[in-house]
Amino acid sequence: MNINLTLFGQMVTFAVFVWFCMKFVWPALTNAMEERKNKIADGLDAADRAMRDLELAQTRATDQLKEAKQEAARLVEQANKRANQIIEEAKNLARVEGERLKLAAKAEIEQDVNRAREELRGKVAALALAGAEKILESTIDESANRAIVDKLAAQL
Amino acid sequence: MAGGNQTTTEYIQHHLQNLVFGNHPEHGWGFAHSAQDAADMGFWAIHLDSLLWSAGLGVIFCWLFYRAARKASTEVPTGFQNFAEWIIEFIDSTVKDSFHGRNKMIAPLALTIFVWVFLMNLMDLIPVDLVPWAFSLLGVHYQKIVPSTDPNVTLGMALAVFILMLYYSFKIKGVGFIKELTLHPFNHWAFIPVNLFMEVVGLLAKPFSLGLRLFGNMYAGEMIFILIATMYSAGLILGIFGGFLQMGWAIFHILIITLQAFIFMVLTVVYLSMAHEDH
Repeated sequence: MNINLTLFGQMVTFAVFVWFCMKFVWPALTNAMEERKNKIADGLDAADRAMRDLELAQTRATDQLKEAKQEAARLVEQANKRANQIIEEAKNLARVEGERLKLAAKAEIEQDVNRAREELRGKVAALALAGAEKILESTIDESANRAIVDKLAAQL
Repeated sequence: MAGGNQTTTEYIQHHLQNLVFGNHPEHGWGFAHSAQDAADMGFWAIHLDSLLWSAGLGVIFCWLFYRAARKASTEVPTGFQNFAEWIIEFIDSTVKDSFHGRNKMIAPLALTIFVWVFLMNLMDLIPVDLVPWAFSLLGVHYQKIVPSTDPNVTLGMALAVFILMLYYSFKIKGVGFIKELTLHPFNHWAFIPVNLFMEVVGLLAKPFSLGLRLFGNMYAGEMIFILIATMYSAGLILGIFGGFLQMGWAIFHILIITLQAFIFMVLTVVYLSMAHEDH
């Protein structure tokens, strides 16, 4: 329990340890802690920002979805309209074409009828002459009576 | 119990004797073989056990924290790093509470004091006979393993703090420090001697109370451990009773050693803070 040189020995040791702690321990640890604190704060900020971005993106996505739906509806409506139009046009076309075909057929039929009538006329003349020939049993001057028969045939 | 057939008084005295190396007026340099030898050596002797144990504990502290500091990174801290950072945070907030100046030394100083004093006090929890017995097998007869029960150690640290107090007082206040010492309670030239006497006593009381408080607490604690240890040689029933007493005292002592380390640190910071305050 005597006071002796130990006193100064302890003072020197103390000074050395304090110096060591000041030089190698404290700054390194406090700096790392400070840096980590900043890093965490940054990270939290970034998370907040990301959250806000997410919200923004979500609203934007909803908007876009709504727009797309409207667009699609508009397109469908347009397509329907167009389809109706096309059908209408096709109907008209078909009607016109049908009309045209009907007319053509009519004309053809008329033509055929005329042709048949002409033919018939010719044949009737010949038939009439042949009949008359048979009845008379004599030759009729074809050329003399031709005009009469033709006149008859024309009346058919 | 070292020595076998000692009386209780001898046993206690043996436990309170440091391992002293010094210059004996008759035998020259060497180890003291008795308390009388140690007293004869006077001032030019050192307590090898106190110094080596305290230095060893200081090295352990430095090594542990240096390892933590080297591994310190902004990544997630693990293991001891967590613990070191927790202590540093605790010291830092304590220092910031009571020290308002700018000084890069105060916080590391406080950390060193807190951890080192705590480690020195912690040696108190090692059973009192264990280490001295092991050393006696190696032929070393005296061994006190709790450095903070040596007034040289605690007063040495207190004196170092005192030197810092004086240094910063002069550095920060300059002449103001002299004025503080001479004109303080009674601001009149006729009272200068009275003021000086009172202020110097007040100033000197700081390091002495600082060192002696730690020493007194740890010495008393150590003494109680030694007294409890004497019960082990007094029969089975007393021995068992002593075992329980030792356990209870050790548990209570955990509080004391932490508290004393904390008080030493806080008072150091407060004294140095006062040295920095310019009125």
